[in-house]
Amino acid sequence: MAVLTEEQSMLKDAAKSWVQEKSPVSAFRKVRDSGVELGYDAKAWNEMAEMGWAGVIVPEEYGGSNFGYLSLGLILEETGRTLTASPLLASALGAASALILGGSDAQKSEWLPKIAEGAVIATLAVDEGPHHHPEKVATEFKGGKLTGKKTFVLEGMAANLLVVSAKGPDGIGLYLVKADDAGVKRQRLHLADSRGAANIEFSGAAAEPLSGGAATLEKTLDRARAGVAAEMLGAATQAFETTLDYLKTRVQFGQVIGSFQALQHRAAKMFTDLELSRSAVEAALTAIDNDSPDVAELVSLAKAKMGDTFHLVSNEMVQMHGGIGMTDAHDAGFYLKRARAAEAAFGNQAFHRDRYARIQGY
Amino acid sequence: MADFGGSDLEAFRTEVRDWISANFPASLKGKVNPMMREERSKPSADQEAWRKAMGETGWGVPTWPKEYGGGGLNSAQARVITQELGRAGAYNPIGGMGVMMFGPTLLEYGTEAQKQRHIPPIVKGEIQWCQGFSEPGAGSDLASLQTKAVDKGDHFEISGQKIWTSGAQFADWCFCLVRTDTAKKHEGISFVLFTMHQPGVEVRPIQLISGNSPFCETFFTGAIAKKEDLVGPLNGGWSIAKRLLQHERSGLSGAGGGGMFGQTKSLDELAKAYVGVDDQGRIADPDLRTRIINNLIDARAFQQTAFRAMAEAKGNSSPSAATSIMKNAGTRVFQDRAELTLEIMGHQGLGWEGEAFSADELSAVRGWLGGKATTIYGGSQEIQNNIISKRILGLPDLTQSK
Repeated sequence: MAVLTEEQSMLKDAAKSWVQEKSPVSAFRKVRDSGVELGYDAKAWNEMAEMGWAGVIVPEEYGGSNFGYLSLGLILEETGRTLTASPLLASALGAASALILGGSDAQKSEWLPKIAEGAVIATLAVDEGPHHHPEKVATEFKGGKLTGKKTFVLEGMAANLLVVSAKGPDGIGLYLVKADDAGVKRQRLHLADSRGAANIEFSGAAAEPLSGGAATLEKTLDRARAGVAAEMLGAATQAFETTLDYLKTRVQFGQVIGSFQALQHRAAKMFTDLELSRSAVEAALTAIDNDSPDVAELVSLAKAKMGDTFHLVSNEMVQMHGGIGMTDAHDAGFYLKRARAAEAAFGNQAFHRDRYARIQGY
Repeated sequence: MADFGGSDLEAFRTEVRDWISANFPASLKGKVNPMMREERSKPSADQEAWRKAMGETGWGVPTWPKEYGGGGLNSAQARVITQELGRAGAYNPIGGMGVMMFGPTLLEYGTEAQKQRHIPPIVKGEIQWCQGFSEPGAGSDLASLQTKAVDKGDHFEISGQKIWTSGAQFADWCFCLVRTDTAKKHEGISFVLFTMHQPGVEVRPIQLISGNSPFCETFFTGAIAKKEDLVGPLNGGWSIAKRLLQHERSGLSGAGGGGMFGQTKSLDELAKAYVGVDDQGRIADPDLRTRIINNLIDARAFQQTAFRAMAEAKGNSSPSAATSIMKNAGTRVFQDRAELTLEIMGHQGLGWEGEAFSADELSAVRGWLGGKATTIYGGSQEIQNNIISKRILGLPDLTQSK
């Protein structure tokens, strides 16, 4: 665990107790069973926003607390533990980052306070195909209008504001589009992890550019990637702890199955990978807070390492629970499904291994 | 290379091909066996005709003896039938656990009367069997099972709970492990048969993470098994169960070859479609490409091992010691392929339902999830490794499981 400031420790403790009390995995199960289009519990989101979680990275002059990315990562880790579905990642981290990095004073004043109080849900619309290739953009910005198709937009049905990558006169950049524009058409995605998402078609939707072009896009994506990694760290840690409990309680052959060395060593390997992943994720978040020059490589390292670890732990969670882990009534399947969706979000392990290699000059 | 019979076999192939084209209804081409599905209770006329035709020839179970209705054929001829069915796009309408596990076991351990009574309805596809083995407290440690059978003179009265009973909701009969002596562990287990259509049998399907319910919880409260349906000696069920599990595991390992769960395209075809190719026509993502190749190599080696085991076992119809290796090797290839398929499909490989996803994409997700069970059921991956360690490698046994 990173060395936390007093504020960060308080934030983490508050998040931990709220999540355990108000948002256990059974709350996510209810959201899933309800089939609600948002993909999250609006009431729970209001409570999160009231605690200031939607404004953690937002500067104070725009209604936030400016606590930074490691702080928001601590909250995402706690909500990730119980698979709490909310716009925290898409809106309070992803889209808010784009506005902070590339918004004009007017754009910031218009949107950041509303994002920070949770009243507006904003999200990034970047991908255009089945894989994350932010450099491949067909969506076009011309004469103030945006035309193209975006896929796999997180919280795409809930969003009021879309931050869209498109080709403009000066190359690739980010653009703000209001979701209720007549030129915006959304298709809800029913995903295995039951989170809210949409494919979105833009046909001449009114758009205004953020500044900074491709550099703003890249920096924004790195912040979103680190945020997903923080959520994955929490989910993987919880998946591991739940599995460890089972190893200590399930009896076969007259002894707890955790007494078998074959399983002990697999548990020890998972613990090792989780410790390594934690270091990588915290280093990436800290680098963002320090505006270090090595943010990109640390983020790719974290997303790749964390992805492999969550992949392993989610598979082992099902396998070590045996038959009960295959049932929908058990939580293991939720972690398995969330793992693959989070792995794919903003670049999977292969994408980030390749990116890390390129940055290192390999 | 082995010689599988030359010209006689070609004559047989012609006979099979002619028979299939005369009997297989064109409307069923490319369809799957309805036996283990909801539609079983209301089969179409064509499905019924195809089942009956196959049942009459005994070719649905080609190597089973003729005196009980089987095909009485050798394994080379059996392969010809499989190949010709595949060529015609025809499913084998005779299937399920009666064919895969129970039939071969009863042929080995049953009395003449039991074989006469129970084998022909399996050969004809009239009776569907389910397996009452696992219990909530007896998974990997199967021999700790607690479902009790009490001697009531001419019958046993059975009480207890089974779990992971595949297809119990569609089954007519159950082959079941029961405790007939509480003082002993392995030597207190008997192997009995009884009808599922009786009071005292309750079936509750279990919903899985893949969204479907192929398994059930099955509750027995005073269900009746006739004495004539005790297979093998009283308290002698464990060795029969172990033998049956060998048949089960050899049936569950066939993952290295064809497309399970309806994935017909190969990984490299899928990858080229979803990920694209570089300027030399190779899969654009080299990291992914390497892992796909690893899977293809593993699948090929698995297939080669299956052929080698088959050649070595020629003339000996019982499963070899290699069976347990095959289950772990085969399920790993299969699960890796499912993971790779999902990764190749990217965001499209995360769909649960709805029009944004193709049927192939949705079945890839469900198949991936459902396939996680293959390293758990039929003796988990860990149990298979124990068996390899102890029985084949001769390492000490600390769990006292036999």
